[in-house]
Amino acid sequence: MIPEIGHYALILALFAALIQGTLPLAGAQRADAAWMALARPAAGIQFIFILTAFLALMHAYVTSDFSVLNVVNNSHSAKPLLYKISGVWGNHEGSMVLWMLILSLFGCAVALFGGNLPPTLRARVLAVQGLIGTGFLLFMLFTSNPFERVFPAPLDGNDLNPLLQDPGLAFHPPFLYLGYVGFSMAFSFAIAALIEGRVDAAWARWVRPWTLVAWCSLTLGIALGSWWAYYELGWGGWWFWDPVENASFMPWLAGTALLHSATVAEKRDALKSWTILLAIITFSLSLIGTFLVRSGVLTSVHTFAQDPTRGLFILGLLIIAIGGSLVLYALRAPAMKAGGLFAPISREGSLVLNNLLLMTAAATVFLGTLYPLVLDAVGGGTVSVGPPYFTATFVPLMVPMIVLMAIAPMLAWKRGDLAGAFTRLRLAAAVVVVIALGTWYLKSEGPVLAVLGLALAGWLFTGTLIEFSGRLKLFRIGMRESLRRAAHLPRATYGMTIAHAGIAIVVAGITASSAWQTEKIQVLRPGETVEVAGYIFTFEGTQELQGPNYTIERGTFQVSRDGAPIARLFPERRFYPVQGRQTTEAAIYTTWFADLYAVIGDADGEDGRVTRLYHNPLVPWIWVGAVVMAMGGAVSLSDRRHRVGAPARRRAAAASARA
Amino acid sequence: MKPKRRRLYFVAFGMLALGTAAVLILTALEENIVFFYSPTEVAEKAIAPGRNFRIGGLVEENSVKRHTDSMTTEFNITDLNHTTPVTYRGILPDLFREGQGVVAEGALGPDGVFRATEILAKHDENYMPPGVVEALKKSGRWQEDAAE
Repeated sequence: MIPEIGHYALILALFAALIQGTLPLAGAQRADAAWMALARPAAGIQFIFILTAFLALMHAYVTSDFSVLNVVNNSHSAKPLLYKISGVWGNHEGSMVLWMLILSLFGCAVALFGGNLPPTLRARVLAVQGLIGTGFLLFMLFTSNPFERVFPAPLDGNDLNPLLQDPGLAFHPPFLYLGYVGFSMAFSFAIAALIEGRVDAAWARWVRPWTLVAWCSLTLGIALGSWWAYYELGWGGWWFWDPVENASFMPWLAGTALLHSATVAEKRDALKSWTILLAIITFSLSLIGTFLVRSGVLTSVHTFAQDPTRGLFILGLLIIAIGGSLVLYALRAPAMKAGGLFAPISREGSLVLNNLLLMTAAATVFLGTLYPLVLDAVGGGTVSVGPPYFTATFVPLMVPMIVLMAIAPMLAWKRGDLAGAFTRLRLAAAVVVVIALGTWYLKSEGPVLAVLGLALAGWLFTGTLIEFSGRLKLFRIGMRESLRRAAHLPRATYGMTIAHAGIAIVVAGITASSAWQTEKIQVLRPGETVEVAGYIFTFEGTQELQGPNYTIERGTFQVSRDGAPIARLFPERRFYPVQGRQTTEAAIYTTWFADLYAVIGDADGEDGRVTRLYHNPLVPWIWVGAVVMAMGGAVSLSDRRHRVGAPARRRAAAASARA
Repeated sequence: MKPKRRRLYFVAFGMLALGTAAVLILTALEENIVFFYSPTEVAEKAIAPGRNFRIGGLVEENSVKRHTDSMTTEFNITDLNHTTPVTYRGILPDLFREGQGVVAEGALGPDGVFRATEILAKHDENYMPPGVVEALKKSGRWQEDAAE
């Protein structure tokens, strides 16, 4: 009964979305207040129906209702509760319900908090959200109904892929979807602005918080996914330039560009049509990511759907959404009046450069990801584009980017003083020299690029601190006065400082872990030792244990350094009998400056084991840095001017002029 | 700064960034494209030893041999028409099994043995890498129901 309620709720949600997508749009065109007013209740009703469907599906999973095909295929009565819940979105149909839930949640949020939006803009934004929802609901109802029944009901289910039975991955999809779907808000605002034919600073101020929410979630989602790959796949790596990883990374790059150009649009009334284009591109890349992952054209752990009709349907949605919005852009963008002028060397100019670099980087990732598909389609043979391509194209674009990130915040709006910025960055330059020489001295065997990478991280981190202390006039006006200034700085400034510092931490982690990873693969018998980067690993043997729904072979390593014991590591191999699959659980001990990482493999027929041991320097910094970045975004989100919104437009503008 | 002038700078920067990216992309693609071949193609094409490529097919039944050091595995990849001998040193993925699909990356040695640097980890025992399907189709041994 409950699954049928869920199914009906989805159908009703479709009608709510249809109404939300059409009548308010027509109402805004005809200035009909009654039709426009339909948008808000429709958004609320749509959300309630989809929430009902989501809860119905969750109920089916938690109670292990094996008369529902989706539950049969992806769940098992012996599965722990957490994975029964996360199993809801651990499959194609369920993940589409989650996608819709988040989409309608955002729509509902606009309806609730958009009280100070001009009524026509609000109606149009909600209508575009409704149209996106209509497309995805049609997709779900026609090709991937999560509530399909099966008769007779089997006694038990097929279980969730054991690789996905992991706490890191339980929360990875919701964050990623918050990011993907969050960019739909920027998209809806962009389309609404194109229909309205005007963009002003207030518009940019409404777009920015939504983009920030999406950006923070996507940052966390990508970090969670990469962390999962690091400890679960057991290869010691954290990023593989896998098409599916790229699918989430491209919207992140475009979204980062969008955040920055929206700042220019808000503060200086410039780059308006570019900001709109970026909003369209960012959401389009999110849709393309969904298409790549869901259509089955690329195969990986994420690819659930192998059904060609689904791929065609999403492709159709993609063409309508992206094609339609770009046509609308081409028709309406020329009418937008260009705003504030600026010199090439200015904060605006450097943000333009930031956008160019980010979008070029996104384009190279896009090409590398889609090239094999295109080549295959035109009959050019089956190829794959490996990580070396991405390193060779991506890294050279990021080097100037990071150099620029330290300088740009010191340039004034309109016309910047480059020489002055360099004078202030003397200390950062000194840090660069110290780090470069120090690294070179300590790790002379490493690649030269690694020295550059660490030096860049130091440059960015110091530069960010200098810029921040400059705002406080630290050491120039006395501590008390500086603290008073600190208390009055806008939160957005804190956000930028924190996020940029986070990038510096990530860059250091990426550089050190890719340059100086030590890998040792060998067969060990109990009692034998091996040395990895100064640490002595002693293998103490394996034992068999029983998990909740799997059996465990657990190896034990005693790790010591200079005779002093450091840690005991327990890498595992798990066997899930329901699906007959094996997974590898790496054991990781972190000192925060390096990870000691151990994996056990097959037995050698006697009492020996194939073992793989790693020393990964600075790897934890990658995720710490990502969390710091997301925190920066959250702090920026709490900025007062996002909450005050339109009515306080003049006061907020005056405040930002003073800052 | 006149808007016209500013636009000129904007366009110039854009062209510069795009040009750099184009050069980077072309050189990187040239060097880093990894072709995918089936054992039949390996047998028919004269692929130079040392050239990096991927090979896909099934792990031939009864062909997996472990060396005494347990670290090196020898096996044959087959598309049921031709087979290619492969050696690999390292931990095999959890789902590596005789009779299952496999994709290996590496290069041919002068002796015609494929030296794999990587055996691609797969996530599902029913999952057949698209390359393997392709290889089996090319050799005419693909049965639709075998994928289920």
